[in-house]
Parts: sequence; structure tokens; C-alpha cells
Amino acid sequence: MANLKQTKDSKAHSMGLHKEVLKGRTQQVFFNPEEAENFFYYGAYDVDFNKRTEIDAKDLTCNKLNEKINSFMQEGYGTIVVKNPQGKHSLGVGILNKLNLIFEGSLGYFGIGCIDGPVVRITGRVGWSCAENMMAGKVLIEKNAGSCFGAAIRGGDLICKGSVGARTGIDMKGGTIIVGGDAGAFTGFMMQRGRIIILGDAGINLGDSMYDGTIFVGGKIKSLGSDAIQSKLTPQDMDWLRRKLKVAEIGSDFDVSKVTKVVAGKKLWNYDQLEPTEKKGAI
Amino acid sequence: MCGIAGLIHKGKTVNIGKELQDMLQALKHRGPDSTGYALYGEGSKGDYIMRFKVGENVKEGSSAINEDKSVYDARKKQVDKHIVDLGADIYQEERLTPYSFRYVIKYDKDLMEFSKKVESVEMTEILSLGKTLELVKDIGDANAVSKQYGLYKIKGTHAIGHSRMATESGVDIRSAHPFWGYPFSDVSVVHNGQLTNYWNNRRALENKGMRFMSECDSELIAVYLAEKMRSGGTLQEGMKDSLKELDGVFTYLVATKDSLGMTKDTMAAKPMVLYESDDLVALGSEEIAIRTLLPQEIDTYDPYEGEVKVWQI
Repeated sequence: MANLKQTKDSKAHSMGLHKEVLKGRTQQVFFNPEEAENFFYYGAYDVDFNKRTEIDAKDLTCNKLNEKINSFMQEGYGTIVVKNPQGKHSLGVGILNKLNLIFEGSLGYFGIGCIDGPVVRITGRVGWSCAENMMAGKVLIEKNAGSCFGAAIRGGDLICKGSVGARTGIDMKGGTIIVGGDAGAFTGFMMQRGRIIILGDAGINLGDSMYDGTIFVGGKIKSLGSDAIQSKLTPQDMDWLRRKLKVAEIGSDFDVSKVTKVVAGKKLWNYDQLEPTEKKGAI
Repeated sequence: MCGIAGLIHKGKTVNIGKELQDMLQALKHRGPDSTGYALYGEGSKGDYIMRFKVGENVKEGSSAINEDKSVYDARKKQVDKHIVDLGADIYQEERLTPYSFRYVIKYDKDLMEFSKKVESVEMTEILSLGKTLELVKDIGDANAVSKQYGLYKIKGTHAIGHSRMATESGVDIRSAHPFWGYPFSDVSVVHNGQLTNYWNNRRALENKGMRFMSECDSELIAVYLAEKMRSGGTLQEGMKDSLKELDGVFTYLVATKDSLGMTKDTMAAKPMVLYESDDLVALGSEEIAIRTLLPQEIDTYDPYEGEVKVWQI
């Protein structure tokens, strides 16, 4: 059984990050860097970013397009440009390695879901459930996004320069979601970890039933959800926001000192009171 | 899951039947059971266009039955007699399928009285009654229904449509969308979602004299809006009230002879993608529907929770 050792308080901890060190037979042992076979991902390839190709998606089904992306990665292409995606669903899903992927146009529902590592740029908009279950990487959307944007993501940076729909970051377990415009109702609904930055306004029930994590809002908040509370913005928060927005290439003239910080009240549920093993299972 | 779509051209007439057909066909995967069109065409010199059925086209889950053509003939005769008795003139009639008809009628009295009399004939339902509205619905996908009724030829300014996945009532025409806003001329509604206080509202509306022809929860929206207008309210007021009084998850489109509106519930639980320009507004449950009209790169967005929007032709 794992033991939990709490490290001393730090800047990270004061910002709501959690850095427990698990000892014993834990995931850290399981993913020992010496055991290379534990790092094998089915469908992950060595690619060269300077090797570039284009795909025209106009007459391709989503299956065919995803197969093409996969076969190009197999051939070592590290930069793939997809033209004419035309709002089709489930494009660019399940990419488990580093890749520069550019969509010149808009995606439909469930675009670039279950990714772990690629840097994706979408020049148009995305439909519902974009980047669902994203593990790592960076996704930048130039226009708007539909509802359930970044549902259940665990890591990486998910950036939308426009506005996003309802339930953005629902059930998210890590990573950062950055929204240049407004966000719809129930943003951060049941979020468990990670951070959401909204430069514009937030809809009703922001952070409803959130377990943990942090939401930063630059504009107005229509209403807070159940167990979501305002918290004091710290200098560390502002430093982090400045750096994150710079990396995300968004909000260069945004005044981070006017941000409202929202966290979980932890009246409904409190991870910090769990036994270590339960804690592992819950996240 | 169902698919809904709508479009409105501002200040021009186009091949609206074909445009809506393509949009709905793109949404076929959201609802393959039946397809319905509410097309606002060029009208018939100010006379009423009445589309009605005297029988059903039935698939699984329906309590209705398929009947012999002779039964439909007998019902049609009864309908014709009632129309003449009401003092209306039938200028033109078309039999589109064994069970469905399109009449052009001259009539200038109360539409509710007219509708009640016509619908007193067994299994008869007026699908639409209006100066420009052509409402057609049947079993099959958008291409099949359009071909069956020749809808791809209809020209007009705006339209709404629906591809249905039957979840709460049978696969038949009476449960298919759009629903006519009985007894209002030229009002139609399509809906994606579920209403959870259907029976409470239905009983209240029936007590006020409104009629229901199916047990499909979506019909409630059309009847609800019609009752609001009958009580002196505007369509837009009725749409705003529906956000508070209808419970459940819904996005619906409503059209009148010169406008198209959209309402999204306060949970924003049902999808809608919107494209808006100076001369065209197009909406669909999925962007791929809009892409059939505009394959080039366009700006679209999702309306927010609790939004009510209305556009004029």
C-alpha cells in the first residue's frame, strides 16, 4: 500500500496544486524510466517535425482521415496540415505522440479527443466535446468552441481564442483551459483538478459541484454554482496567469489583477480528508 | 437524439426545399426514423394551403394501423363535404400519397372552427394551414421524403426541418415533426430534447380548448406557443415564457410566415450551431448541416443557455 508523504508548503501548493509524493508500490515505481517497455504506447511513433505533408479532407470520412494521419506519423511525418475539415466529427483523435497538427478550417463534434502529446492548431471553430480526455499537448483554436470543451482532460493546455459553450471543463482532472471570450453555463462543472482561465464573462452556475481546481474569470460571473466560492487572488496566481497567457499567445493586454478567483468550498466533498489509497482511486 | 435545422434568406427567394433537404440529410445519423419539412414558399395568391392526412404511414411502436385506400377515399369525401359546409372553396387539390393531400382553399372565417370540423373525420389531421407554409412529414430520410413529395422543387424564403429518432412515441407521421401551431396560420415548430412536465402542461392546455394529435412531447411546444398567441401575446414573448414554464432539456426552432426563431433551454443541454450574415441565417444541430450550404470557411457559434432569438425575412 502506498504511503503518502506531504511535502512542505510551496508556491505551487498555495495555488491549489497538489504534490503528494507516493511511496511503495505506486505508479512512480510502475513507470520507472529504466523499464522502457512500460513507456510503450501502441500507436506512438518517432516523427520529424521538419517532415511536412498535407491532407485534403474534403472527400474523406473521419475514419479515412484519421487512418491517413496515423499512416503519415508511421512514415515519420511530424507536421501534418489538414485542409477542408468542413465541420466533420471525430477528426484527429487518439494521437499519442508529439506531432504538429494543423487543421485549416473547423471541426465538428469530438475533435482531437484522447490525445497525448501533439500540438494542434485549428484555424476555425470546434463543435461539442473538443479535446475530451486530453492527456498532454497543446491545442489552440482560433475561433469559437461548442459545449463540453475540454471535458475530462487530465493535462496539457487547451486554448480557445473565441467563446466557448456550456459545461466547459466538465469533470476535468488536470491541465489548463484558456478561453479568450465568454464561457457558457456550468463551466467547471464537477471539475476535480486543473485550472480554467476565462478572459470574458462566465455563465450561470460557474464551478457547480466542483471538487477542486481553480477557475479565474476576467469578466462578469452570472452566478456561482453549488459549493463554488470566491477566493483571494495571490501574487503567485497573477504571476502564473501572466506566464500562462503569454505561452498561450492570448490576452497580451489583459489585466490579471482584476481577475476573480473561484475555488471549491469543499462542503460537498473534500479530497483532502480522504485516505491516501482512496485519494488515488478518486483522481 | 434528433436533428433540427433551419434557414432564413433575408430579402430573397431561393430553392428552399432543396437547401433544407441537404441540411437534413447531413443530420440523418441523428434521426433516421422520419423527416419533416416546414417550407415557407411563394404561396397561392393569398389563399390557404392546407396539407392534411387521412391515415398513417406506420412503423414500429405506433398504435396506428395501415389501412386500405378505399378507407382513405371515404374519409377524403367526408373532409370535402365539411369544407363545403363551412363555406370554403377548394381551388386546387393534389393527392400526394394514398393518405395525404394538399388543397388550396379560399376561406375567410375562424380557423379553429374550420380545423375542428375537418379533424372530426376519423384519423384526419391537418398538418398545416397557412398562406405560405407547406408542412410535410413522413417516414424515411430527408432525400426519400423530399422525392416522395417533390419538395426539392419548392421555392421560398425560410424553412425549418427535423430528422427524428423516435424515443418517446411511435414511428408514424403523427409523432413526426414539425408540428403546426394549431390553429394559427403559418406557425410551425421543430424540437430536439425532452420535456419532463409534458402531462401537466398538456392537461392545462386541453382545459383551455387546445388540441393534441399525438403523444409526442414536442407537440406541446407548438400548442403552448399557439395558446400564448391566442391569449394575445407575441411569439417572442411565448418563447421567453417557455424557458420558465417548460421543464426539461430543449432547443427548438419556430417559424411564422415572415420570421424564424430559436430557443435554447437554461441548461444548454441540446446542441445548436448558428451562422449569421447580413442575408442568411442558418442553424443546425451540427455544423455539417450548415456546411451543405456554405462549404467555405465561415464563422459559427453556439447560442448560449436561455437564449431566444428571432430573425425576420
